[in-house]
Formats: sequence, structure tokens, C-alpha cells
Amino acid sequence: MTDTEDDAEAGPGAGWFAGGSSDDQGALRARIADGEADEPRDWPGLAVDAGFADSRDDYYDRLHEASVAATRETVRERERADDQQLVHAVRAFDDCERTANELAERAAEWAGSLFDDAEPGIEGARAVAEREPDGELERRAVSLASRVADLADERDALAETIERTAPAVAPNLAEMAGPELAARLIALAGGLEPLAKKPSGTVQVLGAEDALFAHLSGRAPSPKHGIIYTHEYVRNTRPEDRGSAARALAGKLTLAARVDHYSGERRETLHEELRERMATIRARAEEGKDDDGSGGDTTADAEGDA
Amino acid sequence: MSDSGLPAGVERREIDGETRLATRGPPVYGEPTADGWRAWDPERSKLGGMFELGFETGLSGGETVLYLGAASGTTVSHVADFAGPTYAVEFAPRPARDLVEAAEPRERLFPLLKDARTPRRYAHVVERDVDAIVQDVATRGQAEVAVRNARFLADDGQLLLAIKARSEDVTEDPETVFEGALDRLREAYEILETQRLDRFHEDHLGVVATPR
Repeated sequence: MTDTEDDAEAGPGAGWFAGGSSDDQGALRARIADGEADEPRDWPGLAVDAGFADSRDDYYDRLHEASVAATRETVRERERADDQQLVHAVRAFDDCERTANELAERAAEWAGSLFDDAEPGIEGARAVAEREPDGELERRAVSLASRVADLADERDALAETIERTAPAVAPNLAEMAGPELAARLIALAGGLEPLAKKPSGTVQVLGAEDALFAHLSGRAPSPKHGIIYTHEYVRNTRPEDRGSAARALAGKLTLAARVDHYSGERRETLHEELRERMATIRARAEEGKDDDGSGGDTTADAEGDA
Repeated sequence: MSDSGLPAGVERREIDGETRLATRGPPVYGEPTADGWRAWDPERSKLGGMFELGFETGLSGGETVLYLGAASGTTVSHVADFAGPTYAVEFAPRPARDLVEAAEPRERLFPLLKDARTPRRYAHVVERDVDAIVQDVATRGQAEVAVRNARFLADDGQLLLAIKARSEDVTEDPETVFEGALDRLREAYEILETQRLDRFHEDHLGVVATPR
């Protein structure tokens, strides 16, 4: 959210009506949806001065018409935002990340043989890409490094897209899990609908298939969590309570996916229930500290996850 | 309680045999109506609750308002009924669909599908020096949202804010959460009045503030 602060090079910014003739409804709608300005101004007065509207009343009439139309259109578009596009984006993100890292290693190895100060990793590749190459070989090595930088930029752009799309596709899931984990869960399940139809026990171990099958063939204990391990609620809970945390989180994530798929409305109670449940689970660690040595996890296991 | 604290256009009316807060306008969510007046349920609306509890909102009717967290338009439709030009910001597409329906018959209600945390994205539409900001967003960092949006508010304007403790941190005591939020708020605002809304909304604090 740093873009709300400084970043003044975009200029003072113009109103939504600027440049558009008052008849071009499509352009005005697009400006409302996509435009921006650093600071608000007296738009009604400026619009009258600019001849966009005859009076403030006339301005507000036009704004009403344009804002209702623009918002209706954007809502429709966003509601159509489709889970499969999100799946493509998250898979492309992973490919870019993996490829960028692999290629960065190669580029660093090569650059290290040509330049004294070549650093490893993507940042190292960025530095190499800035160099002025001398001769054929340096040219190739620098060029390779700049591909790495491009791939890393593409990865960052994809992350932003995921950040923006996930809340539209699955508002509750994205709020609960964060956009990236929400996208990954949807991708692992193959879509929002398949995810909504999975039992919470499956959601809990999505992404831990290897461990799950090792367990099913009797070679290992059952995995406590899959990709949801990346969630703060699981990762930052002490190890002996992580199973409970993962089970509670998976239960609510499953419900969130179902609400998102079947109704699409934000449901605040879901988020509250999870926050309360997590508070209870984490309180165990506190209790454990108070009456030390009381035989570990004696807390009755009354999870009853949803 | 006298009705002197209520803005013009908000009245206590007899609806379905009960005296209830009401505004005049087209119905939005199946609320009870009588003679063109629509009941304003304080249990479904933080601002409605603040009126019921007698907050000095500084609103007298006809103001220009920026409403943050408009959701399906329940409360903002009542605001548009008694206020002047009203900008309604909502981030989630699904409720915004209903918001658009509520806005359509209200000529001075402007729905915007925007994130209240990034004012840049609507500063090209929302005018400066609005008379009041009403905020009811249920995300973490509610005070931060109010601070970032202070740029829209006139120097003598009012911020009417409902802070939901559980959106910030369920594990903390609500009072602690409110204190933290008020501290952040004081960086841009002078706090005029605070009161718990628990009678209508559990673990919510109503706040009236004005720019420093």
C-alpha cells in the first residue's frame, strides 16, 4: 500500500471526466474504474470550469450515471473472474520462479568466470545485466543475466495479478488464507468447485500427497498439514498444537471455499469463528506454561471442526 | 432522548406499531416501511446505532459524505436519503452488486468498487472537503484506513467511525484494541466522542472525530 503515500511523479492527477467528452460514456466509465489521482480536488467545480458540466447539479447527474454504470460493469467483470485463470496464473508464477532461480545459477556461474564481483542469485543476475559487455562471450553472459531479471519481473507481475484476482474469485478463501495460498489451494484442487467439494481432511493435506501416500501404504505417520503449513496460524503455532491448528484452519478454509463457490458473499462470522478457535488453541501454550509438567496435551480434544 | 441530535431527514416514525428511526427513500433490503419512510435498523447499521445512542454526529442533513465500507448499501442508502452527494466505496464485488441496485434510484449516491486502503484509486472521483466520512470497514487496520482517507475531509468535517475489535485482534481485550486504534487515529484526528455500541453491535466502538 505504499502507492498511497509519495510517488508524486504521476503529477497532480486529473479528474475522471478529464479528456473525455461528456458523450463518450464508455471512456468515462473506464476512467472511473481505472483512473487515479494523488489528491482529491474540487472535481464538481473543476468540471464546470472545464465545460464538462453546466452546473454542479448537472455534474452530479453525470457522475451518478457514470458511476452506476462503471461499477455495475466492473462488478460483472470481477464476478466472472474465473478460477481457471487464477490456476494458470499461479502455475505460471511457480514456473517463472523455478526457471528464474535455475537460470540465475547458470548465469552466476558463467558471470563469475568473466567478472570478479559477480554475486549469486537473482539480485546478482540483475547486477550483471546492468554491465556493459565487452566482446562476444561477455555479451552472451550479460544477455543471459538480463533474461533472468526479466523472468523475475514476470514472476513479480504474476504475484500482483494473483493478489488482485484471488479476492474476486474467492473472497472468503482469499481473506482467510491470503491471496497466494488461496490460489494455490484452488490450483491443487483443480478449481474452486472441486475444492469446495473436498472434505476438510483432504484440504488439510493438499500438497502433501507424497507423505499421505507413504502413510496410506503403512510406511509413515499421517501428515498433519500440506500447503496450509505456509499459513501463519499453522506455522506460528507450537509444534504440539499444530495438528489442531491445521485441522481447525482446514475446516474453515473448506467452508470458505464452499461459501465462495455457492454464494460468493463475504461471510464475516466464518472469519471470526476461526480467529476465536485459534485463540483457544494458542491459549493452550500459555496454560502449559502456567501449570508446568501437567502431562502435555491433556486438553480435551473437543475440536469439532465445523 | 430528544430528536434534536438527528439530522433533518432522519425521524422517529411509527412503523409496524413501533417508533423507529427512519429515512425517506425507495426500500432497499425488505425493511418495513410506512408512508414512504423506511425503518433504519440500528442492529444492522453502526451509524444507525450511533444515532440511537445519541452521539453528537454533527450531521444536520444535506452534507457531502464519503462512506467507506458500504457493503450491500444497507446503511449508505439511509445516509443518501438524508445527506447530499454521497460517495459509497466498497471493495467486494458481490455486495457491490446490491449496492449498485440501491444507488440506481438515488440520484446523489455514487457507488465505487474500490479498496478503502488505497484512496489514490478513487481520489480522481471523490471530491475534496467532504463534510463527513462514515467508516465501517471490517478489516485489520481500521484506524489506518481513516487516517489515509483524512485527505478527503474538510477541516471542520466529521469522521464517524465504528471500530470492530474482533477485526483487529480477537485475542486482545477489546479495550486494548480500541486504545491502540485511537492512538493511531490521533495522528490525524482529534477525538470528540467515543462510546461502545454493544447495545446493538458487540465489541464495537463508535468514534466521532475531526481533523487536527
